[in-house]
Amino acid sequence: MSAGAGAGASASARADRVAAAWAVLDTVLDPEVPVVSICELGIVREVLADGAGLIVSLTPTYSGCPATELIEQNVREALGAAGLGPLTMRLQRAPAWTTDWITAEGRRKLREYGIAPPGPADSAQGVAMKFVPRRASPALNCPRCESANTERLAAFGATACKALYRCIACGEPFEHFKPI
Amino acid sequence: MTCSVSVSREPRVQYLLRVGDTCLVMAQRLAEWCGHAPILEEDIALSNMALDLVGQARAVLTRAGQWSGGLDEDQLAYLREERDYLNLTLVELPRGDFAVTVLRNFIMASFLKLLWHRLQNSSDAELAAIAGKALKEASYHQQHAGDWVLRLGGGTPESTRRIQAALDALWPYVAELFEADAVDEAATSMGLGPRWADLHAAWLDEVPAVIDAAGLALPKESAFRSTGKFGRHSEHLGFILAEMQHLQRSHPGGVW
Repeated sequence: MSAGAGAGASASARADRVAAAWAVLDTVLDPEVPVVSICELGIVREVLADGAGLIVSLTPTYSGCPATELIEQNVREALGAAGLGPLTMRLQRAPAWTTDWITAEGRRKLREYGIAPPGPADSAQGVAMKFVPRRASPALNCPRCESANTERLAAFGATACKALYRCIACGEPFEHFKPI
Repeated sequence: MTCSVSVSREPRVQYLLRVGDTCLVMAQRLAEWCGHAPILEEDIALSNMALDLVGQARAVLTRAGQWSGGLDEDQLAYLREERDYLNLTLVELPRGDFAVTVLRNFIMASFLKLLWHRLQNSSDAELAAIAGKALKEASYHQQHAGDWVLRLGGGTPESTRRIQAALDALWPYVAELFEADAVDEAATSMGLGPRWADLHAAWLDEVPAVIDAAGLALPKESAFRSTGKFGRHSEHLGFILAEMQHLQRSHPGGVW
């Protein structure tokens, strides 16, 4: 019986360790948008207990995102500092990351930070082109004054994940997290 | 000088190198614009697209290296001879003016989008996973480049003249994209990826329509065939590799 109780205790210890790891990971911020955590961005795919250590699976946002390696390093440091190692890191590519995985809390923080959060990703992406007048694109609300009277200035921005917009009502430029 | 590595002649490796090298060399060409584009927004756009393409190239070359005796992405990028590069000739041509770059981006993103779309169903799970991500990026690149083709075509007499000249100059290199050969055939039969010739019809559904909407005249077909994906390149690739490989060749194994 003691063996059964021991296995139960160790299973619950492992579950505690995984829960502790998730809590730590939720404090690791995205290096390029340092108000949202990597959990809120949906980059952390899986945390598993592995013997005395952990297996953490992360997913890249963009193929060439230069923050990917820094995020891995920050995860190592954070989990190491919390005494939750040894750690095995896995890169999980499929299914491809989508902005639909950004949590409601993550979206709220993006907006507060001045970045218009992404709308739903286009599931038909990769099938056909669509050419629409710029003004006919779905209106984006200004993260500062909430006006929908906005326009896109540039399809790309300071990081791979963003585009640049301007609010015509309040005159402020703002960034938009592109839906992918 | 560090010795060059030789790569496997297996069709599956050659097929991946065609994809990976095309992304890598195109990224190198786009990166040349950093600090030189006509407006800041496009400078940033071109650098962003280059970054996506480098990321795609890294992933695909890593896979090719695993099937090539355990070479890594850096060895493949920095220590291969020109003839072992299998990129399309189109992407190694000089970047030209902004119109040439825009038109090439449009031709290539339209092609790569279709290729990644099909590679999502590759028998190789890793390649399928890479494609799932790259497809989203290529779609965005195509949309952006297509917008610019329309804008330059319908812009000033100067912009119209330049985008038409770009089309005339680049069009002869398009045939190579859809040339079929034994590598393609083998890749298809093992389920690794589509014959590139099989992407032609879908490509023709999209590209000429945009060229037409931009008010441009499609050039006549010519008998010219470029051969970069078979390893026989234009005179331009050697210069790109000289610049790209110089550091690793001079300081073997150097890292930062």
